[in-house]
Amino acid sequence: MTNLQSVSSPSIHSEDRAHEADHPTSTVAKFGVEQPLKLDCGIDLAPFQIAYQTYGELNADRSNAILICHALTLDQHVANVHPLTGKAGWWEIMVGPGRPLDTEKYFIICSNVIGGCMGSTGPASTNPATGKAWGLDFPLITIPDMVRAQAMLLDRLGIETLLCVIGGSMGGMQVLQWTAAYPERVFSALPVACSTRHSAQNIAFHELGRQAVMADPDWHHGRYFERNTHPHRGLAVARMAGHITYLSDAALHRKFGRRMQDRELPTFSFDADFQVESYLRYQGSSFVERFDANSYLYLTRAMDYFDIAADHNGVLAQAFRGIKTRFCVVSFTSDWLFPTSESRALVHALNASSARVSFAEIETDRGHDAFLLDVPEFFDIARAFLESAGKARGLDKAGG
Amino acid sequence: MVLQEQSLPLGGVAPDRTGKYRTDHLLVAEMIAAGSKVLDVGCGDGELLQLLESRGIDGRGIELSREGVNRCVARGLAVVQGDADTDLVNYPDDAFDYVILSQTLQATRQPRVVLENLLRIGRRAIVSFPNFGFWKMRLQLLVGGHMPRTEHLPATWYDTPNIHFCTIKDFVQLCDEINVKMERAVALDLYGRPVPLNLPWWVWNMFGEQGVFLLSRGGAGK
Repeated sequence: MTNLQSVSSPSIHSEDRAHEADHPTSTVAKFGVEQPLKLDCGIDLAPFQIAYQTYGELNADRSNAILICHALTLDQHVANVHPLTGKAGWWEIMVGPGRPLDTEKYFIICSNVIGGCMGSTGPASTNPATGKAWGLDFPLITIPDMVRAQAMLLDRLGIETLLCVIGGSMGGMQVLQWTAAYPERVFSALPVACSTRHSAQNIAFHELGRQAVMADPDWHHGRYFERNTHPHRGLAVARMAGHITYLSDAALHRKFGRRMQDRELPTFSFDADFQVESYLRYQGSSFVERFDANSYLYLTRAMDYFDIAADHNGVLAQAFRGIKTRFCVVSFTSDWLFPTSESRALVHALNASSARVSFAEIETDRGHDAFLLDVPEFFDIARAFLESAGKARGLDKAGG
Repeated sequence: MVLQEQSLPLGGVAPDRTGKYRTDHLLVAEMIAAGSKVLDVGCGDGELLQLLESRGIDGRGIELSREGVNRCVARGLAVVQGDADTDLVNYPDDAFDYVILSQTLQATRQPRVVLENLLRIGRRAIVSFPNFGFWKMRLQLLVGGHMPRTEHLPATWYDTPNIHFCTIKDFVQLCDEINVKMERAVALDLYGRPVPLNLPWWVWNMFGEQGVFLLSRGGAGK
C-alpha cells in the first residue's frame, strides 16, 4: 500500500462528520414511530429524519416547487457553503437568482437521501436502539426508498405536486422513480445523465469501490466509529476509481496528458510522478473528509438494485403508461458511465407510452461529470424546459 | 402572401425571418384541428411546431440533427433526436392524430416504409416534398444536361441529403399502390402560393414547386 501513503489523513475529524449525521447544518424533518418509512427490504424504518435545504419561496398556490435529487456522493447543499468543507454548493452554477433554476421564480428543495451521511437517517446516524451508529445494522435501502422518503417530506411541507423533479446520475434515477411511482405528483421531469437500470459495468465499478473500503483494516466490518478510525484509504481508492468513471479519456488527456507533477523526470518510485495521479489522490483524500464509508456502501448498492422495468414485468414502457408528466431527457456524448444509448432506451419507452418527451444529447468531452459543469447548452435547455413547464402550469398567472 | 425569400429547411438551415410563418407551414397548420396531437418528423429547428403549439395543438417532434434538436428543446418544444427511417417503429399504432413529414420524404432511405409508418402511428399524415417534375428541374436536365439545382435545392448531386426525389405524379402513384387515401392535395408554386385547384394534374406536376398532401388510411382491402 506504499503508493497510497500519500493519500493524506483527513483534516475534518470523524466527530464532526458524526455530528453532522445526527445534527445537520440543515432544516430537519423528523418522523416518529407512527410514521415509519416502509423500505423495499421489508423493514419499517422508524424513527427517521430527513435533512433538507430550500431556496426561493413557495408561491401562494404551491405550484412552483422544484425538487433536486442529488447524486451518489453529493448532498443537499446545492447552493450554499458546505458545512464540512467550507466550499461552495455543488450546483450554484445552476441554482440561484437568474440561473436556470431561478430562485426568484421557483421554490427549490433538495434533501439528503435516506442512507446518506449529511443529516438524513443512514448508517452513520445513531441507532436509537443502541445509542451507537447504525453501521451495517442499517437496513439496505433502494432508490424507491429514497423517493418514498422524499414524498413524505413533501407531504410534511404541504406540497402536493412538483413543478419539476430534476437530477443527474443517481439523482436522475430518483427522478425516474418519482415519475414511475408518483406520476400525478410530478408535472415535469428532467432526468440527466442517468438510466432506468444500472448496467453490469456500473455494478462492477461499484463492487470495486466497496471491496476497496472493506479491504481497509480500519473498516472493522463497518464498526470503525467504535474504534475511532475511518477506512479513509479504502474509501479514497473507491473514490479514485469512481472518479475515473465520471471523466473521459479525452478530458483526462486534455487536463493532464502525461505531464509530470512538480518534476522533470520520473523518480523511479511509486510516488505521484504524473499530474493525473496527484489529482486522483487529491480527489480521494478530499472525499473521505466529508463522506462516510458505510454510506458509500449503502448508496452504491441502492444504485445497483435500480431497475424500473424489472418492477413492471420487464417492460419499461409499462412504468410510464398513460403518464402526463412532461419529460426532458439529457445525456452527454462522452459519458460512458450512463451513455446516450441508455437515455435513448428511456426515450423509446416514453414514446411508446405517448409521453410528452424532449431528448437532447449534448456534445462535450467532459464525461459523466458534465452535468455538474459549465455547459451552456445544457443550461439553455434546462431553462427553456422549466419555463415551458411553468407556462403550461399557469405559473406566470399564479404570481410566483 | 408572397415571401421574398421562400426557402426550405434543407441542410438544417432555417429561414431567417421573424414574426412571419412560411406559407407551407401555414397551409399545414390549417389542415390540423385545434386540440389534435401531432408528430412532426424532421422538424428542423421547430418553426412549424411552434406555430402549431401557438394554435393549441399538442406537438411533438423528431429531428435527425443534434443541433436542430437542441435548438427545439431550448425553445421549450418536445423534440427528440431520431431518424425517420429507423425510429418510427418505436411509436405505437394510433399514437397521433396527425403525423407530418415536411420536406423530408426525399431524404429517407425507404420512403415507402416511412409513409406506411406515418399512417400506422397517425390517423392522418401530412406530407410535403419538392416536386422534381417542376418545369425548372425538367429544363435543367433537358437543356443543361446537369442534375437540377435550384435556389431551394442548392446541393450538388454528390453532397445532397436528398436521395429519393420524386414528382407529384410519382407520389400519387405510390399512394395508390399502398392504398393511401388522398384527402387533400395542394401544389405550391415557386413563391409558395397554391396552384389553382381547377387545373389538371399535369399542370400541377409541371408548375408545382412542391406538393403538400393530406393523407389517410385507405379502406379495407389493404
